[in-house]
Amino acid sequence: MNLVWKIKQRSCNKIKKYKVENNNPISRDRIINDLVPKQFGKRGMIWTSILILICLIGAYAYYRQLTKGLVVTNMRDYVSWGIYISNFVFFVAISLVGSLITAILRLADVHWSTPLTRIAEIIAVSAIVFASLIIIVDMGRPERFMNLFLHGRLQSPIIWDVTVITTYFFISLFLLYLPLLPDLKILIAHRKPSVNKFHKLYVFLGSFWKGHKEQFRLNDKSINILCVMIIPVAFCIHTVTSWLFATTYRPGWDSTNFGAYFISGAFLVGAGAVVVAMYVFRRYYKLEKYITEFHFEKMGKIVVMLGLLYLYFNINEYLIPAFKMKKAEEEHLRELFSGSYSIMFWFAIFVGMLIPIFILITKKGRKPLPMFIAGIMVVVGAWFKRYLIVTPTLLHPFLPMQNVPESYKHYFPSWEEWAIAMGSLAGALLVITFFVRILPIIPIYETIIEQNEESQKDIAV
Amino acid sequence: MSESNKDHHNSRRNFLIGGISSAAALAGCLDNNHSFKTDEPVQLTGEKVKLLSVDGDIIEIDRAFLKPVPDLPSLTNDEERKGIAGKKFVMVIDLARCKNLRKCQSACNHMHQIHPGQNWIKVLGMEDSIHSAPYWQPTTCMHCDEPPCVKVCPVDATFKRQDGIVLIDSDRCIGCRFCMAACPYSTRVFNWEEPQLEEKVAEQHYSCETSMPQKKGTVGKCDFCPDMSRKGELPHCVQACPNGVFMFGDLNEDSVTNGSETFRFSDLIKEKAGYRLMEDLGTKPSVYYLPPVNRNFPYESGLENQTKEL
Repeated sequence: MNLVWKIKQRSCNKIKKYKVENNNPISRDRIINDLVPKQFGKRGMIWTSILILICLIGAYAYYRQLTKGLVVTNMRDYVSWGIYISNFVFFVAISLVGSLITAILRLADVHWSTPLTRIAEIIAVSAIVFASLIIIVDMGRPERFMNLFLHGRLQSPIIWDVTVITTYFFISLFLLYLPLLPDLKILIAHRKPSVNKFHKLYVFLGSFWKGHKEQFRLNDKSINILCVMIIPVAFCIHTVTSWLFATTYRPGWDSTNFGAYFISGAFLVGAGAVVVAMYVFRRYYKLEKYITEFHFEKMGKIVVMLGLLYLYFNINEYLIPAFKMKKAEEEHLRELFSGSYSIMFWFAIFVGMLIPIFILITKKGRKPLPMFIAGIMVVVGAWFKRYLIVTPTLLHPFLPMQNVPESYKHYFPSWEEWAIAMGSLAGALLVITFFVRILPIIPIYETIIEQNEESQKDIAV
Repeated sequence: MSESNKDHHNSRRNFLIGGISSAAALAGCLDNNHSFKTDEPVQLTGEKVKLLSVDGDIIEIDRAFLKPVPDLPSLTNDEERKGIAGKKFVMVIDLARCKNLRKCQSACNHMHQIHPGQNWIKVLGMEDSIHSAPYWQPTTCMHCDEPPCVKVCPVDATFKRQDGIVLIDSDRCIGCRFCMAACPYSTRVFNWEEPQLEEKVAEQHYSCETSMPQKKGTVGKCDFCPDMSRKGELPHCVQACPNGVFMFGDLNEDSVTNGSETFRFSDLIKEKAGYRLMEDLGTKPSVYYLPPVNRNFPYESGLENQTKEL
């Protein structure tokens, strides 16, 4: 106990030292001015228009799918789950980071992550929304969605997934909203042209917040309770998602390792996404004073740790079956290691895991730009990794693929599938983009408090 | 006491009035498009027909009031989900008799109007290990007693009946395809597009037992033809096979037949060393196979149909 306390003290001192060295406390007005949402610049407009365009193409592709049926996809009876499901798994994975940055670090009494909490939480909320949407896109009969509630059967992992994803969505939404309340008060008072048009929205969302002591007490308490709640729910959403596969007999899915394998991978890709978002926001919103190199340093270490953890579960997942080479597994593993999926497989292993670990394990690698590159590698590698988890398995059924048209024996997504999948990714980015335009991405109030504490301590010293 | 009685009476009367008025409202809501509407002028024929009313009285009405009943289901969805009482259907497939003629397949495809290219019955060219002899294996739905597909279905659209048959309710299926991922026998097919049906079939009332008409965006598979069993007939594949490969019957009666020969099921399985596919998965199939020994045809005689496919 004593030791833990000492370590905490030491790391606190380190943080203080670091902050004092690099940052003189910033004044309240300065913080508000810096962190209040800004209008899109030219680049922002181009970025948003491109995202909207991709979304529209996706929407058109979905319209085609609705009218013609799932035949517009290249999924067929053997590969009955394709890019939609792998995209779904990707979204669920990335949304787990909300719980990591907000809840786990908060409960572990880590304070440096405060400026990152909202980034993590908005990634979580938008990802979980698009996870739900993409799963509806995958349904052959989306208009029967309500059957899940009218005729739901508890023994089906899909019902578990619906339950925990809904729960996770609402907890994440509250974890996004409750810390926003003090900021909304600031925004309501701050009537500048860049945020004036959202004034009504701010009033609607936060006018009841007067900033009384009692309100703060209740708010803090609620956030703490939600932080405790979201951790088991976060573990549930991704474990249950892994069970969609692990509850079947298929080679490559029939694994007791799957829950932990999915969760560790999810934390890794989520942390990678936060690193990318940190870099982008810092650069384009000039937040160098708020998201410092110190934050990158810390996040870099977290990514390395998560990368090693994920690597460990990957070794379990592939090398143990490969040691035995059971008949059904053999075909599947050969296809991954040296067959038609080998390039993608080794890409996911190297680019998604090993190279980022090697970059971030060095001190130089934990500077913003190399971290941004490593973050992109982690996220892209993770996307392909999900594809590899879903598709190749389905091409290795127990009985031979015969008496079917040739097109049933392989799978590459059709343009409609690509358009819808990319549209959903663009949609998630669009939600984040609009969020940043409307609400402060770095918590203003908490930053002010921290800077005040800092300056008071300095005075005391 | 009387006060409370009165209250009671009042509430009962209110209840009745409420019930009547809501029934009236309900009647008003129902539109008049159903086939029994009477408000259009009827040309009386003068010919009277005697009918039994719902109260048990014999009434006489003019023939003009009689209308043909549109195709109404003979069984309710509940009855179809329960299955045939006292039965436990079982199939035996004799691999020694199969020469990949695929008459089973074409009969099944025709009778169920399966999408071109898809099959509920697949005749697989199997070779278990490198030195063992190849053989033809017709594969239907195994109608497992521990069906993995039923376990994972989120909406009870695929279900196990008391007679052992696993069916799909295409009116309920949401098209998530989890059952297809779960089935180790890859027996399930999906209606990726609007099924191409004959007009007569398309107009037919949907039934889980006939699996017809199939619906876009839902899963389909071999249903063991329970509609045929209800009529006392054998499934289409059993009837279509000229070599008597398929034997169908009832485990409770301990007998299976291919139409021309009938066997005691337990003896047949014992004598010919019957087995089930992927016993180690614990799915407990209802389909048994007799090993391809003392064959009626050489494997090669079936190759022609195999290459036709390619």
